[in-house]
Amino acid sequence: MGFIWFWIVAVMIVGYVVLDGFDLGVGVLHLFLVRNEAERQASLRSIGPVWDGNEVWLLAGGGTLYFAFPWLYASAFSGFYLPLMIVLWLLILRGVSLELRNHIDVGVWRALLDGLFGGSSALLAIFFGAALANVIRGVPLRADGYFFLPLWTNWKPGPNPGILDWYTVIGGLVALVSLTLHGALWLSIKVSGDLEQRARRLVRPLWFVLLALTVVSLIATIAVRPQTLDNYYRYPFTFVVPVGVIAALVCIWLWNRNAQPVKAFLASCFYLFFMLAGACWGLYPTLLPATSNSGLDITLDRALSGPHALAVGLVWWVIGMALAVGYVVFVYSRFKGKSDLGEGSH
Amino acid sequence: MTAELIHRLHFAFTITFHYLFPQLTMGLALLIVALKTVALKTGEEQWDRAARFWGRIFGINFVFGVVTGIPMEFEFGTNWAQFARVSGGVIGQPLAMEGVFSFFLESAFLGLFLYGEKRLSKTMHWFSSVMVFVGSWISGFFIIVTDAWMQHPVSYEMVNGHYEVLSFWQLLVNPWGLLQYMHNMTGAVVTGSFVMAATGAFYLLEGRLQNYGRIFLKVGVIAGVIASIAIIFPTGDLHGKYVAKNQPAAMAAMEGVFKSEAGTGIVLIGQPNEETGQIDNPIVINNVLSFLIYGTTSAEVKGLDQIPHDQWPTALPLLYYAYHIMAGLGTWFILLMAGSAFLLWRGKLHQTRWVLWALLLSFPLPYIANTAGWMTAELGRQPWLIYGLMRTNQGYSNTVSASNGLFTLLGFMGLYTLLGLLFTVLIYREISNGPEPKTAAIEPVHVGGAE
Repeated sequence: MGFIWFWIVAVMIVGYVVLDGFDLGVGVLHLFLVRNEAERQASLRSIGPVWDGNEVWLLAGGGTLYFAFPWLYASAFSGFYLPLMIVLWLLILRGVSLELRNHIDVGVWRALLDGLFGGSSALLAIFFGAALANVIRGVPLRADGYFFLPLWTNWKPGPNPGILDWYTVIGGLVALVSLTLHGALWLSIKVSGDLEQRARRLVRPLWFVLLALTVVSLIATIAVRPQTLDNYYRYPFTFVVPVGVIAALVCIWLWNRNAQPVKAFLASCFYLFFMLAGACWGLYPTLLPATSNSGLDITLDRALSGPHALAVGLVWWVIGMALAVGYVVFVYSRFKGKSDLGEGSH
Repeated sequence: MTAELIHRLHFAFTITFHYLFPQLTMGLALLIVALKTVALKTGEEQWDRAARFWGRIFGINFVFGVVTGIPMEFEFGTNWAQFARVSGGVIGQPLAMEGVFSFFLESAFLGLFLYGEKRLSKTMHWFSSVMVFVGSWISGFFIIVTDAWMQHPVSYEMVNGHYEVLSFWQLLVNPWGLLQYMHNMTGAVVTGSFVMAATGAFYLLEGRLQNYGRIFLKVGVIAGVIASIAIIFPTGDLHGKYVAKNQPAAMAAMEGVFKSEAGTGIVLIGQPNEETGQIDNPIVINNVLSFLIYGTTSAEVKGLDQIPHDQWPTALPLLYYAYHIMAGLGTWFILLMAGSAFLLWRGKLHQTRWVLWALLLSFPLPYIANTAGWMTAELGRQPWLIYGLMRTNQGYSNTVSASNGLFTLLGFMGLYTLLGLLFTVLIYREISNGPEPKTAAIEPVHVGGAE
């Protein structure tokens, strides 16, 4: 049961990153790629009908975490108090600036809201990446299972780290670049003309940066937490995950060059999937490592909810997610095609 | 200031602000279905335009509801970690189900409803509005189930220091939850119908967009009179009786009953004085409270004197005032809506300007009543976090210091002030623009490759 729920939570996280990832990326691109009002509207229209649905994955994932691993949820959310509050404020600012932008037609205000939307998107991407890196690196768990992390200490991932250190900053950068690239591929599907071409061209330099960052983050992870490789050595076939990362990167490059944006975007989804799945597998069965003493790790067995709740949960989760995937497919199929060429919204 | 107080205020402030938005969307969702249904049956364009107009208002409220709702789910962990660890095995379940069953549904079909009208058939567009309604009401259900377990824990056992659910079904059909759900959703319809009727009254008083004004008044007043009656009887009545039975301390404090006696009167007005244990300057109607709770004027209502002082609700006067404000406003809602409905039936409502003014000015009141109602429920639960099982002072995150909590509380206060201003601007614009299509908020933009 623990194994299943570990991967269910992982699936929710992957779902969130893959889906909200592209609209965060479009937000980052909003800062520098789009050049005029028409392009701004086109890029926003490409995410307009779906971004709040994408954010639901964060809520559903958080709820699932709370329910399946209450202790992990309690400990991590109170320990990461400050960055989570900042994330909440960023999510609020981002959602509201996006909504407001559709309603206000004064140039200066729009420029302000565009900046707010883009800036909050970029910071969110960095924070999410740093958050994952924090989980991989571990936190100074106390004997009672709680901790509290300052925003930074000495920028080193030692026994008393902060939210930000050189390792988690790398994680943040990986997220920023990968999601920006993800967003650029989305735009190249959804918009046309000059913006489409620019989005496609931008993928190339981003790709090289991402390749470098991916390799650096891999090495850094092994340096910071050598146990990450244990599961891989124990089950060597799981080395397919890092191979998948590389394969996905290659596919992104090829399909983007051949102007097959849908395939390139899917490859980018797989890149994110393999990166996250690889990180989860490196942790398993630990959920949150302790930096001080691995005996204090929050592990799967210790944090798991009761058997009845989990058994019932499995039933509704499968039904509920089948429905949810159905809605997602339906909505995306209704809004498929170029968002700037179809009919007006209303 | 203690960390406990800060964390309480943190949750109370953010959830109070949050609930300003869902109470409208849940109520409005039902009314939009009504508008779309008429549009589908009659094929009259103005009903479709009316539905689109309210869809835009809904959309703005939905976004504000989403962005202020995400913090709520986080705060169980960030600010109430000890509680989350103990309770997650029970109430984590409905919270997760809300996300999986409701939000996906609601956001997907809202996207279709707002952006996809031209890509859908008329029936599919109507169906989208129904699904938005279903999604938002499912959402309300799971939140109430969560709260109901804290108010009236059922079907649990303690295993290794945390609670596990024994029967998931019993959790869902917790009688407290069912009663509170009916009462709460009726409250949402009250808000939705008052806002719609007030908008109609506004257009009629202004003398423009009068055909829409008449539609909004009609739908708002009809829904309003039904909901205003149902909020008191049967839903409020049943819920109140259940509270009296299961949380006697809360009921005694709500009604200001300090001394147990047979034939307890109901206090209409008066200030509770905790020190002297009495109501100052009361106006009381004899025997009525006994009758309302037990159906007989001679029954004894348990007073605070029978309850150990350390189990009295901690903010007793606040609880008392919140409850009285809710009940008082509920009475006004019935009077106003019944009167308006009568005038509507006689065909005189549109000319009776002072009633239109009353309808217009009353739109904030359901927000106050809903907020006061929730304050009644949650203050009445004190000093318990999980009634009878866990005290509030055992539940907060003890790793998060009072000043860290205060910092983020102030941050939220500032941000939400800004949000409130922006929201007002947006709604003001929508209502000024009105339902006529030439003023549609989002104009189609064409960016062709040929540019």
